[in-house]
Amino acid sequence: MRPRADPDKNRWASRAVQALFLIALISFWYFLTASGRVSKILLPGPGPVLYELTDVLETGEFVSDLLITLTELAVAFTISTVSGIVIGYLISRSPYLIKVFEPLLAGVYAIPIILFLPLYVLLFGLGMPSKFALGATISFFPIAMNTIAGFGHVDKVFITSARSMGASNFQMFRYVLLPAAFPVIVTGLRMGFTVALLAILGSETIASLAGLGHQIVHFSESMDMARMFAYITFAVAIAAFLNAVVSTLETKGKS
Amino acid sequence: MAHAPAIEGAADPRPLRQRVQAFMLARPGLARLAVVVLLFGIWEIAARFYVDRMFLSPPSIVFSGLYLVLQTPGIPAALRITFFELSIAFVLAIAIGVAAGLTVGLSRFAHKSFMPIVLLLYGTPQITILPLFVLYFGIGPASKIAFGVTHGMFPIMLAVIAGVQNIKPILLISARSMGANRWQIFRWVIFPHMIPSFFAGMRLAMTGVLLGVLLAELYVSTAGIGYFTTLFTQSFDPTKLLGLISLLAAMAIVLNELVRRAEIRFSRWRSS
Repeated sequence: MRPRADPDKNRWASRAVQALFLIALISFWYFLTASGRVSKILLPGPGPVLYELTDVLETGEFVSDLLITLTELAVAFTISTVSGIVIGYLISRSPYLIKVFEPLLAGVYAIPIILFLPLYVLLFGLGMPSKFALGATISFFPIAMNTIAGFGHVDKVFITSARSMGASNFQMFRYVLLPAAFPVIVTGLRMGFTVALLAILGSETIASLAGLGHQIVHFSESMDMARMFAYITFAVAIAAFLNAVVSTLETKGKS
Repeated sequence: MAHAPAIEGAADPRPLRQRVQAFMLARPGLARLAVVVLLFGIWEIAARFYVDRMFLSPPSIVFSGLYLVLQTPGIPAALRITFFELSIAFVLAIAIGVAAGLTVGLSRFAHKSFMPIVLLLYGTPQITILPLFVLYFGIGPASKIAFGVTHGMFPIMLAVIAGVQNIKPILLISARSMGANRWQIFRWVIFPHMIPSFFAGMRLAMTGVLLGVLLAELYVSTAGIGYFTTLFTQSFDPTKLLGLISLLAAMAIVLNELVRRAEIRFSRWRSS
C-alpha cells in the first residue's frame, strides 16, 4: 500500500466532498422543482418548504403536538426503564433464572413488536395510552436484557473478594455490582430510548389523534406538501436532537 | 428429623422437594416452558373473566380459531403478498447494500467522505417519511417494498463496510506482493473476510425489512395484512386479529431463524 497522504489535507478533501454532496443534493432538488419536471404536488421546492418551516416555528403551532409526542415518549420510557431494570435485576440474581428467562426474552424480541399496535389500538384506543403501551413494550426488551447482562455477568473474582473482605449486601450492590453493571445498563437504556422514539412516531403515523407523526400524515392527506415537508424536517431535527442528547448522556454515564 | 410428623406419606418431604428442585435445576428448558404456560394461563383467565370479549380473546379460542382466520376470504392472498413484499425487499436491500457498501468501504477516501452521510441517514427516523413513500409508490406493494428496502439496506451497507475495513493490511500486502491483481485480491482476500460480518448484517437487515414492510402495511393497505388488521380492529374481532398477529409473528420468527442459521453456517470457515 502506498504511504498515507497528508492526513490533514485528506480530511479537508473529505469535508469538501461532503459539502459538495449536500450542495449538489439541494441544487438538484431546486432545479428539479423549478424546471417543472416534477409536479409541485409531489415534490415542493426547497423555497416553499423553508417558508412553511419558518411559519410553523413562528406561529408555534407545533407546540401542542410536540408536547404530546414528548409526553408519550416520557411515559413509555419511564415505564420500560422501571420495569426493565427491576425485572432484569430480579432475574439476574440467580444463574438459573438467567438461563430460564434470557432465551425467552430474546425469542419475543425477535418478533416485530409493531405487530401489537392493532391490538393495543383495540385495547387502549387511538389516544395516548396505546402509544404508552407500544413504546413501553418495545423498549422493555433491550433494557431488561442489558440489565440481565450487566448484573448477571459480573466477574466472579470481584464478588468473592468483596465478600471475603466482609462487604455487606448493600455494599456489595453499591460498590461492586452497580459499577460493573452500569455501563451495560446505560447502553440498554440508550437502545430502548431510540426504539421507543421510533415506535411512538410510527404509531402516531399509523393510528392516532395528535402528535408529530399524526401531523405529518394530516398534511400528507390534505396534499399540503410543503407544510408536510416542513413537519418532516422538524420531526427529524427533534429526533436527531433527542438521540444526540441520549448518546452524550450514555458516553458520560460510562466514564 | 427430630420433629418428624407421624403421617406416613409426609414423613419424607424434604428429599422429595430436593429431588424436584434438582430435577428442575437440571432442566431450565422445562422451567421456561412452565413460564410460557403460566403467561398463557394469565392471559386466558384475564380474557375470560376480566376483559370484555370485544377487546381481548382468550388464547384457547384464538389458537383453535386459527383455521377460521386462514379461511377468511383474502387472508391467504394477503399473507402471500406480505411474504412476497418481504422477499423482494430483502433481496433488493442486500443488492443495494452490498453495492453501496463496497463503493464506500473499498476506498479510504470514499469511506472518510461518505461514512458520516451514511451514518446520518441511518440515524434518521425513516418512519417520518412513510407518507412520502405512499405518495410516490402508491398504496400497493411497491411502497411496502421500497420502505422495507430503505430499512434493510443500511445494516447491510454498514456490515459490508465494517467487513472490508477490518481486513489486516498484512493480508492485502502479502497478496499484492505475491502478484495478485485487484480482482484476485477481492475474490480471495476481501470477499471471504466480508462474509461473517455480512451475515451479521443480514440478520439486522431482516429485522429492518420486517419492520419497514409491516409499518407500511399497517399504515395503508388495500389487500395486504394491514388491510385485515384494520378491518378486524374496526369490527372488534379480537379473535381473528390475534390469530393474524400470531401468524405474522410466526412468519417473522421463521425468517429470522433462517437468516440466523445461514449466519452460523457461513461463518464456520473462520474457526476451522
